[in-house]
Amino acid sequence: MDSLFQNMQGIPMNHYLIFCSIIFVIGVIGVLIRRNVIIIMMSIELMLNSVNLLLAAFSAYSGDPSGQVFVFFIMALAAAEVAVGLAIIIMVYRNTKSVDIESLSKLRW
Amino acid sequence: MSAIITLSLLGILILYLGLYKAKNALLPVSILGLVAALGLEIYAWNQTAEPLYKGMVLFDHFALSFSIVCISLTILILFLSKEYFKAISDNIAEYYTLILFSLTGALMVCSYHNFAMLFIGLEIMSVALYILVGIRRKDKASNEASLKYFLMGAFSTGFLLFGIALLYGSTGSFDLAAIKQYILDNPTSVSPMFYAGILLLLVGLCFKVGVAPFHFWTPDVYDGAPILITSFMSTVVKIASFAGFLRLFSTVLVPLNEFWTPVLMTVVIITLFVGNISALMQTSFKRMMAYSSISQAGYMLFAILSIGPNSASGILTYSMAYGLASVIAFGALILVKRHVGSDQFESFNGLGKTNPGLAFAVTVGMLSLAGIPLTAGFIGKFMMFSNVMNDYHTVLLVLAAINAAIGVYYYLRVVVHMYFMKPSEEPVVSLPINFKVVFIVAVILTIILGVYPNAVIALI
Repeated sequence: MDSLFQNMQGIPMNHYLIFCSIIFVIGVIGVLIRRNVIIIMMSIELMLNSVNLLLAAFSAYSGDPSGQVFVFFIMALAAAEVAVGLAIIIMVYRNTKSVDIESLSKLRW
Repeated sequence: MSAIITLSLLGILILYLGLYKAKNALLPVSILGLVAALGLEIYAWNQTAEPLYKGMVLFDHFALSFSIVCISLTILILFLSKEYFKAISDNIAEYYTLILFSLTGALMVCSYHNFAMLFIGLEIMSVALYILVGIRRKDKASNEASLKYFLMGAFSTGFLLFGIALLYGSTGSFDLAAIKQYILDNPTSVSPMFYAGILLLLVGLCFKVGVAPFHFWTPDVYDGAPILITSFMSTVVKIASFAGFLRLFSTVLVPLNEFWTPVLMTVVIITLFVGNISALMQTSFKRMMAYSSISQAGYMLFAILSIGPNSASGILTYSMAYGLASVIAFGALILVKRHVGSDQFESFNGLGKTNPGLAFAVTVGMLSLAGIPLTAGFIGKFMMFSNVMNDYHTVLLVLAAINAAIGVYYYLRVVVHMYFMKPSEEPVVSLPINFKVVFIVAVILTIILGVYPNAVIALI
């Protein structure tokens, strides 16, 4: 475990920060411009996972395990969210025969 | 803590009751459990408040009073649910369970003392709601609302988490007390990462409470969801999110208020105008209530904008007034829609003649939302405005007064429809006994709070 921490610390903190921010922004852009609901969900997962990586890096740098515990919370709740989300998408698909967000325009935005 | 445990166990118990087909026991058992949880919260009032479970939760008067408000509003809403779910599906135990789980999450959000609990509470609250919004499986509007709520909720969670991660990176802890200590230790050299974290947290929380410019999901979701769920969302969930919002800013981030006040000020001004002007143009009562909830959220943000010793009691009073009035409005909408089949303003026509009691209750609710004296809404608005006045935000005060005037117009439109328009040839709207009880309780509380507000203000 200590050698893992040393390996992680071999890379400067700023690199982790910039890398995670880029992944997060890719996720945000994906949510905003893609029209397919499945791909939007994938983009949201990308956002959450960039947070996971960032927390793990911070935790390794400060030698404080609570950041890694938080990662487990995020994983568990993200899984719960995806389970509910896929169920909702199936429900929508049965009614509209489409997973395109444009097909849902009964309510005005 | 015992209330949270009671509610979680109650949810599981209700699921089992549903499994063994004890349909008639569902509502009484839920209400009994909620009353027990309420009793436990009141019992905890006089105990010393210190962070429990390694600083995860803190049950001070702030947390307890918001929890009590949330539980009481849920009891009122569940009273309205009799007969309501049966029209939707045969398996109604799940709906009660989901509402109870969502309430459990709301209590956690009210009482967190560590970002882990804030995150878990928000997620428990929202995931249960994603399902509840979509319980009309064949109805496309309900489907669409559910999907939009899910996507927006998950998206905002991402922002919230990134903010939390940045705060953790700069302070090395998730604990509110430790983060506060970090700010006090380095008042001039707070790392830039911390500021970025505050902004991202602000975006995430603004999404959750539904204020402009992050409000665009609110009207669609409130409109598409079943009315009972809308009333739960716009009262309990919103109040709990505000409690979480206020707790973070009033205990931890106060020393940095020069940084975030201008941002929040912009948000408040946009929210007030967007909410009120869009509400003016609606023809549907339900959609009008959705936009009105946006503008009410704008008023509630006043307490966070001019943070001080009075903020907590101000937001508590405001949220009680808003919650009671919303329960009245949505309860009346359930009855009217069941009868006429539409949620337009026209369906309220002539209610003053055919059903004076119901019309009176709706009138009190609307006056309270508009902030007319002798109702709870007036006291709430008064406290918010006087908070802001003490901080000399004069421009904001003028804009808020203009918006309050716009609000009076669209809230009283319903009253005009009820008393001055001719009724259609429908027979009298029937008023079941459970609705009667809820309306009487809510109206009496609204008036008591309006005449004698000190009872609540002294609480926190």
